[in-house]
Order: sequence, then structure tokens, then C-alpha cells
Amino acid sequence: MASLEINGQSIELDEEGYLVDLGSWTPEVGEALAKAEDVELTDEHWDIINFLREYYEEYQIAPAVRVLTKAVGKRLGKAKGNSKYLYSLFPYGPGKQACKYAGLPKPTGCV
Amino acid sequence: MADYEIPTVTGDDGIVDVPALKEGAMGHLHGPWVSKPDFQKELGFPTDFTMPEGVENYGDVDTLVENWKNRALEKLDDLRGRYRSLQVFLDICVKCGACTDKCHYYIGTTDPKNMPVARQDLLRKVYRRYFTFAGKFFGKIGKPEFVGAADLTEDVVKDWYNYYHQCSQCRRCSVFCPYGIDTAEISMAAREILDHIGMGQKYCTEIMGKVHKIGNNLGLPEAALSDTLEGLEEDIYDDTGVLVELPLDKKGADILLVTPSADFFAEPHVDGLMGYAKVFHELGLDFTLSSYASEGANFGMFIGSYENMRRLALRIRKAAIDLGVKRIVFGECGHAWRVAYSFLNTLAGPWDFLDQNYPIPQHVLEITEPALAAGKLNIDKSANDDMVVTFHDSCNIARGSRIGGYEGGQFEVPRNVIKAVCNNYVDMPKDTIHDSTFCCGGGGGILTDDLMEVRVKGAQPRMEALKHVTENHGVTHMAAICAICKSQFTKVIPYYGFTMDQIVSVHQLVSNAIQLTGQLTEDEIDEMELDYDEAKEKLIASREAAE
Repeated sequence: MASLEINGQSIELDEEGYLVDLGSWTPEVGEALAKAEDVELTDEHWDIINFLREYYEEYQIAPAVRVLTKAVGKRLGKAKGNSKYLYSLFPYGPGKQACKYAGLPKPTGCV
Repeated sequence: MADYEIPTVTGDDGIVDVPALKEGAMGHLHGPWVSKPDFQKELGFPTDFTMPEGVENYGDVDTLVENWKNRALEKLDDLRGRYRSLQVFLDICVKCGACTDKCHYYIGTTDPKNMPVARQDLLRKVYRRYFTFAGKFFGKIGKPEFVGAADLTEDVVKDWYNYYHQCSQCRRCSVFCPYGIDTAEISMAAREILDHIGMGQKYCTEIMGKVHKIGNNLGLPEAALSDTLEGLEEDIYDDTGVLVELPLDKKGADILLVTPSADFFAEPHVDGLMGYAKVFHELGLDFTLSSYASEGANFGMFIGSYENMRRLALRIRKAAIDLGVKRIVFGECGHAWRVAYSFLNTLAGPWDFLDQNYPIPQHVLEITEPALAAGKLNIDKSANDDMVVTFHDSCNIARGSRIGGYEGGQFEVPRNVIKAVCNNYVDMPKDTIHDSTFCCGGGGGILTDDLMEVRVKGAQPRMEALKHVTENHGVTHMAAICAICKSQFTKVIPYYGFTMDQIVSVHQLVSNAIQLTGQLTEDEIDEMELDYDEAKEKLIASREAAE
């Protein structure tokens, strides 16, 4: 099983690089998860990641793409409230890639 | 984009030429991630196995359950006793070869083990070895191959796990089989056996665990679902000025709408869901969604587990009883409809408490199509004039069920709906549509990232057909009526030079064209300050006053 070394601590990851224990997430872990995929997290990325974490805390699931785009539109202006913007930040899909860095489980199903 | 070769598409005639065989072309794969014992337990499968350390250990016999060989054979024996069809399919293949070039995975991968006959034979040879006289006899003298039989070994298990996850159970090969052998049933049986020796597939088992626990594949709890639906109501309201409701757990509603949970979550699925809601609204149909049965798709079928398939189907029954509905309607989901149309009655019936004047269950297209034909919906076709649309027949609907209650209705009804709401429609080449349709490449439990290579290669025949109509007939969009097809295509078509927004839901097209009663123009909406919360409160208050 893969793992991530942060400040001398070993964080367990599943086969696809998602956290096994969601409670082990910290912003440093998020940075490291992104770095492992050659992504440098900017403030724009963090806006999305923070929203995902807030939403997850309330609903115990990642938001639907539409919910996410709408919330981003409301917070950051209409120009950014679309999936094109989200894909420009997270080319592998805001659902899957952003969730990984935010320490949330991967949404699976017919999606 | 990928460390394997993406098949090329030419667009010439829309049909991929049968490729030369390349032995072992997909032998480097190891199958999907194996499920952890915890998830296996939830589904009632044995857990006395060891998680393999890495993918290279998948199928190593020291990771399997104790006494794995006997237990695998016992399961096979059990299944052939339970399903007469399986026994017959294992016996009657004459290796005529009619199926060989019909499989999208064979065409896309060129691996001979993906010829349906060869893939079936991975199980059939074991059946012959242990359950037929000839196989037992020649097996005993160490020459099982004389009669097409083979010992059950570690390598066979590895092949099972790898190649039975390169079958989407689409049943295209079965259409061309002179004996009608259903490859899907063989793949399902193989996966059920694998589940019983410690090789359950992570994707399907985790997902079914979520349905058993929460009610849908995604694991959307009631609060999230309710918030999502409210958001969609708001979107429709902001767009049209009309409050179209998407009720959840509404007791006493006439119709229970069961739809794949992807309809709540993914694009373009969610546009389809808003389309159903608009149709129900305009026709004055009183419907509700259920948080308990918030999933149409039944993954129990993918892994051949009757018990799990039944457990999932019973959730729908319970929701229907608890909510007191009179009808059950299914949304756009291929596997949901296959299970609903073909098995719902035996799985979860009798449905004598529902209104017998309507089909049980009913497909949402069976509501929309007649309404369109009768002119009950106000349609502005020009709303879809920016598209030239084609339609992808989803396998489980095309080959596993009907829509509209007549032979071939499953092909006609969705096309009638599209043509009633779009001015521009073109079919893909005839060998790639109707019951010859090619799978999207992601059906049957293959829609998982760990099988991406299989998914991309398996999409080739459909992509070739799409490229043909794109280049020769100006097609811009492909509509589908299955959540898996929609998700698979949006993910893989970029590999073939298309863009993900070229995939649309059929009811999304309906949603674009439908003119709601009292719908405002864009200018009117811009002038007014629409407030969804206020409108919703008003609606609730007026309803309470009326009561």
C-alpha cells in the first residue's frame, strides 16, 4: 500500500492515491498530494479545496459538479462559475482530482 | 495522455476493420483493484483471504481463500444448478466463430482472449474438465486439452480476473451467436465465482455497499440529496421563472421516480433529470424521488449476485410501499432498466399494490414520447438548432429490454423523442446502432479509473462510427439514455479528438426545447429580480392554505 511521508509521519494512501483515513488530512498533506502529481497549488486551487472540505463536513459527500460550479460562481464571480474554469484548475476532473487533494473520498458510481 | 497506444479512428465508413490478432495484447493488465475484506463482508462474500501486496500479486493462490480451488468449483456447480441457461451456454458452443469480431474490446485491443468465444472458454474449459465425462477422463490421464478442458490453476484465475473485467456484458456477441449464447451470463458467473474466492472487484463491491447503507451508488445522504434537488429547482427557476419541483420523499405522490444517482451528480446527467421534472410538471404528474431508493442502477447484475441484486431491488419496493405511490417510473439508466424491465417482478414483486393501468415499471420515455406525439408539451425545436444530434443505443436497453411495449420500441421511442425536439437528427451506420449497437466501453462494472486502458480501447468502434457521422453529416452531439454511457463517453471521447460537452442526455434535449406554461423570456427574467426562496415559500404557503 502506498504512503506519503510528511514531517516524519507516514500517511496511508489507497491504490489510487486517496487518503485511507480522512482524518489524517492537513493543508500540508493536500500540498504533498498535489506535488506528487506535479501540481503546484495556487490560491485559486485552495478556494476550491476549502469549499469542498466545508461541503463535505456538512453533507458527508463531495458536492455535485453543478453544486460546486454554482457555489464557485457565487463566491468568486460568475466568470468562474463554470466547469471550464474548474477543469482548467483540475484537468482530471474537479470531482476526482480536487477531492483527492482535499482529502475526500473519490466519488464513485456511474460518474 | 496515456502510456499505451490509443486506437486511431478514420471516419471513412464508420466501421473498424477487423484487426489482426495480437496474442497477449492485454496480458500486461491485472484486472481492476481487488476489494478489501470489509466490503466483501457487506455483500455476504467470504473474507478469509489476504489482500495482495501489489497488483502483480493479484490471483496468487496464497492470497485467495483457503481451499480456493474446491470453493471455486463448488460455486460453479451451484451456479449451473441454479441457472439452467448457464449450464446450456457452457455445453452448446460449437466454436463456429460468429462472435469473434463482434466484441468492441476485441476490436479495440486485438487480444484474442477478448474474442467472446475465447473469453467464455476461460470458464468453459474448467467446466469441461471437472463436470463432463470427457474432461474428467482426459484430465485424469493428464491430457485435458484433448477435449478442450483445462485444470483450474493460478494462471486460470489470473486470466479470469483480467479478462472477465474486459467484458461489459453488452451482449452484442450474443446477437450474432447462432445458438444465442449469452456471454454476459458467463461473465457474471465468473465474477460471482471470483467473489467467492477472495477476488471481488473494488469498484462494484464498494458501490453496492454504499447502496445497502445509504441508498445510492454515490453515497449521497438524504441531506445532500435534498440540498442538490433544491439547487436544481433554483436553476430551473432562474432560467425560466417557473417553479418546477423535484420533490423528495413526498408521501402520497402518484409516481415514484427511480433514477441513477449520477443524475443528481454528474454532467450531462443532471440536465436530463431537470428534463424529466419539466415533463412531469407540464403534464401535471405528481411524482417524488426517494432518499431510501435513490438509485436505479443495480450493480448486483454486473457481478452476477442474485442475492445482492435482489437486496437492491427490494429497496425500491419498500420505498414504493412506504411512500404509497401508484406507479414506478425509471429515468435514463441502461442497467436499471434492464433489471427493472426483465427482473423486477421476480426480484421484488408482486406489484399488485400499484395501479395496474400503467406499465410496471414504466420508462420515463414512455411518458414523454406519447405526450409529445399528442401535442401535450409546448415545444420549440429551434432551441436545439445549434446541434446536429445522433443517438447511441445503450446495450442493456437495446438488447436486454423494450421501451414502449412493442418489438423494436427501444430503438424507436428515444429517436421519436429526439426528433420531436430537434430539427437535426442523423443515425450512425446501421451496423453500429439498434441491436447491433456498440457498447460505450464502460458498461457492466468497467467504468472505473483502474480500467482506463480497457475503457479507452473498447470505445474505438463507437468512436469510429461517431467520427464518420461527424465528418460526413455534420453531427455535433451524441445523445444517450444511460448514466454509464454518458460518464464513459465524457471521459474517453477526448482521447479520440472530441470534447466532453458533445455528449448529451435525451431529456436534456427535451428540457432545452420545452416551453413551460408561464415561462418567461430571457429579457423578462433580466428585468425581474427572481428570488427562488421567496417563490418556494409562497408555493408552500398557498398549498397549505388550499389544504
